[in-house]
Amino acid sequence: MIPLSCYLVLSAFLFACGVTGFLIKRNIITIFMSIELMLNAVNLSFVAFASYWGTLFPTRNVEFLKGQVFVFFVMVVAAAEAAVGLAIIIAVFRTRETLNPDRVNLLKL
Amino acid sequence: MLHLALFIIFGGICVAGAINLLAQKHPIDSALSLVVVMGSLAGLYLLLGAEFLAAIQVIVYAGAIMVLFVFTIMLLNAGEEEHTHGSKIALLFGVPSMVVGSVLIAYLLLHSDPSTRSVNVGSLYGPARTIGQLLFTNYLLPFEITSVLILIAIMGAVVLARRESQ
Repeated sequence: MIPLSCYLVLSAFLFACGVTGFLIKRNIITIFMSIELMLNAVNLSFVAFASYWGTLFPTRNVEFLKGQVFVFFVMVVAAAEAAVGLAIIIAVFRTRETLNPDRVNLLKL
Repeated sequence: MLHLALFIIFGGICVAGAINLLAQKHPIDSALSLVVVMGSLAGLYLLLGAEFLAAIQVIVYAGAIMVLFVFTIMLLNAGEEEHTHGSKIALLFGVPSMVVGSVLIAYLLLHSDPSTRSVNVGSLYGPARTIGQLLFTNYLLPFEITSVLILIAIMGAVVLARRESQ
């Protein structure tokens, strides 16, 4: 059986990759994808913890399924966020003609 | 043993995809490696017994959200990213701090007390039926609030992406 910490280490590594992508990427779409990667990393640790507590207390399984319900809500919010965020990116591209966030530095056109 | 082998395979694909996302210059390559990461995460969810979430992960994340991303990249004709002075500094400091940070977190997690306990496959089984019952009984209010949230997101996306009519 796999220790819980293996899943947590994988989740932490994915989150670190997401943070690094957010910092080093210079394309606003790739930055947005890094945010999605961070959300996925958090989802993985939610599911791993739910499974871990379910292993410890097998009789109270339904109670610990709330971890999976939380992941469901995170996915819904991520989908809504992706739709609105990509619409904002399209609006920014229409007015500025660029996807580089360094060039989007003026409030007024 | 099979569980461990599957974990190593899916986790390895996951890590490779995440690193490839950072290494690629063109956004479409990053998007495709993100699809790989999400697909292997679905495999990991299956290993943890969350079959409903694995299906949702493939349908919503790898399907809908990534299609939206690829569609936007192609619509905006996004090219390779341009490197500025600030991005070189970010690369210089960002990558080593990521390595140091993840090694530190891995060390802390592997040496903490509960790490000796393990996750058994199939011990917590999350079929669609049980999760659906939870959503419509205990979590009815959050569920309804998300429907309002999605409605607002639809309207916001339409308003934001609409071309200004003269």
